[in-house]
Amino acid sequence: MSILLTEKTRILVQGITGSEGSFHAQQMIQYNTAAPVVAGVTPGKGGQKVMDNVPVFNTVEQAVKETGANASVIFVPPAFATDAILEAADAGLALVVCITEGIPALDMVKVYNAIKNTKTQLIGPNCPGVISPGIGKMGIMPAFIHKPGKVGVISRSGTLTYEAVSQLTARNIGQSTCIGIGGDPVIGTRFIDALEFFKNDDNTEAVVMIGEIGGTAEEEAAAWIKENFDKPVVSFIAGQTAPPGRRMGHAGAIISGGQGTAAEKMKVLAAAGIHVCKSPAEIGATVEKALQGEE
Amino acid sequence: MKIHEYQAKQILREFKVPVPEGYVAFTPEEAVDAAKKLPTDLAVVKAQIHAGGRGKGGGVKLARSLDEVKQLAEQMIGMRLVTHQTGPEGKEVKKILVEQGIDIERELYLGVVLDRSKSQLVMMASTEGGVEIETVAAEHPEKILKEWIDPAMGLQPFQARKLAFGLGLSGKQVSNAVKFMMALYKAFISKDCSLAEINPLVVTKQGDVLALDAKINFDDSALFRHPELLELRVDEEDPLEVEASEYNLNYIKLEGNVGCMVNGAGLAMATMDIIKLAGGEPANFLDVGGGANVDTVRNGFKIILKDPSVRAILINIFGGIVRCDRVAKGVIEAVHSIDVKVPIVIRLEGTNAKEAAQLLQESELEFAVASTLEDAAQKVMQVLKN
Repeated sequence: MSILLTEKTRILVQGITGSEGSFHAQQMIQYNTAAPVVAGVTPGKGGQKVMDNVPVFNTVEQAVKETGANASVIFVPPAFATDAILEAADAGLALVVCITEGIPALDMVKVYNAIKNTKTQLIGPNCPGVISPGIGKMGIMPAFIHKPGKVGVISRSGTLTYEAVSQLTARNIGQSTCIGIGGDPVIGTRFIDALEFFKNDDNTEAVVMIGEIGGTAEEEAAAWIKENFDKPVVSFIAGQTAPPGRRMGHAGAIISGGQGTAAEKMKVLAAAGIHVCKSPAEIGATVEKALQGEE
Repeated sequence: MKIHEYQAKQILREFKVPVPEGYVAFTPEEAVDAAKKLPTDLAVVKAQIHAGGRGKGGGVKLARSLDEVKQLAEQMIGMRLVTHQTGPEGKEVKKILVEQGIDIERELYLGVVLDRSKSQLVMMASTEGGVEIETVAAEHPEKILKEWIDPAMGLQPFQARKLAFGLGLSGKQVSNAVKFMMALYKAFISKDCSLAEINPLVVTKQGDVLALDAKINFDDSALFRHPELLELRVDEEDPLEVEASEYNLNYIKLEGNVGCMVNGAGLAMATMDIIKLAGGEPANFLDVGGGANVDTVRNGFKIILKDPSVRAILINIFGGIVRCDRVAKGVIEAVHSIDVKVPIVIRLEGTNAKEAAQLLQESELEFAVASTLEDAAQKVMQVLKN
């Protein structure tokens, strides 16, 4: 079992004819056994077929009508990405994953508030996407490091998530679903939203939560977990050595006004009963211990 | 992106946000000319550096005559100003702002910032002007008034009125404050700011409301639609960081001696963390991007090696879509083409990691090849000892 991306997911790729979009669409077609890529959308290129038999449409609405697509992955440059998200939400897609990095924050504020009361669940932007091992992926992560199983992963990072996943897989611990929620200050799905999905998933027995400096999403998640979440949670916070006031790669990874330090997050998470790893090398071993503790 | 106070005030002027009259000066002579243009005999001389706490550090002074302006300008230009935000080495003052004196009745605080928890902008006001807002938030959170802004509607006049009355303003002060707030919001949105702080916001004895100080930061992701802002980019950035940005590398210089080259921001931070946990100190943050190739690796080396304190380099690449053997070839090629004199610890994980390790072992270059993150950190400590 898995969350968000399941056997019922029918994927369309916005920006499928671009270099990023076509490369990753190809990877998804190869990997996805139960959640097929059914359509692509590139305005002006409708009518073509790419990758043997994936039809391309001019609009998302048309793609949904013709193919029954219910989820979208967006590979569109930053200046056009918010328009692509709104188009996907307007077409009623349940799940929209936006990979694009570099969308202006004020644009995302508008989009977030415009779609927050719709049925569209936005993941990202600036994220590696979602993978439910054994079912399929919507994103850019290397599928082969994953393994089907019962640990959920939620992370603000890309390659650090791969690191954590490969530590799990090396210990023969599989994953139910891994969600890269994105490194931007304004994102569609926050830790708490993702945790809520995992709470309701019987097949997820524990969750790995990878945070980083900046904002207070980890602290908010800690408070929520304490009240609402019974499964073991293992966490690592990147940026213990990051200087204040500097943007560490991700637009959202910045300590400002004394807020958003790794030390504070680790303290609050530990106080909420979460297993906090000091070292990124300990994530796999800590999950293993947490799972054994449950049995 | 950060700018100086005088540049922030210029932008505020464009949007009709009231600011004191003032002129920037690079020399004492320019400072005197600036003071002559002011409507008041009293002039305020303010050092323009990127750090708060200038007043306490001696970077803001009053001048009662043109002679005094000249004297202060001579003192300030070229000095290294130390404040609690600059670090002990301070920052060199290259220019000053010469402003009219103001009859201050009250000092308040006004700021606009993104509230990440609510994904909305929030306008904050406080009666505690001149104090850092973080201090007020920690000690007197009840003294901070907040209005969250619906992005579709923008800041509404009633919200500005709530803040103005909440600050205890009355009569003409209220309408002036409302005008100020509406204009500030417009400037914020129009220029894709990420922060606008007016501290202090002053009310004069005549009932005017103006920005005595102004701090504006811009959203780097939105600079593509504001080419005019790039010209304001200031001279205070680290030269290595500027060079790295020309290569499209994300580099931040730190104080340690272990140079790091990593793909992905989260993994780059985690790599710095594990170096520290092993007892070392990272010399930098460097994210070469999700797919590391020969060029990015070579440029990464160039930047890291220009930092004279680097004694060892740790390369940590998680090859997902990009194959590790290709990265390994890139590293070998780069090391051949540039003369790397410090020991290199390298850890490649992911697709074709084994083939990559073999390539590195077989090359005539001396790499310490690490298998796991932990191993990588230990090996760095070893090479530092040797």
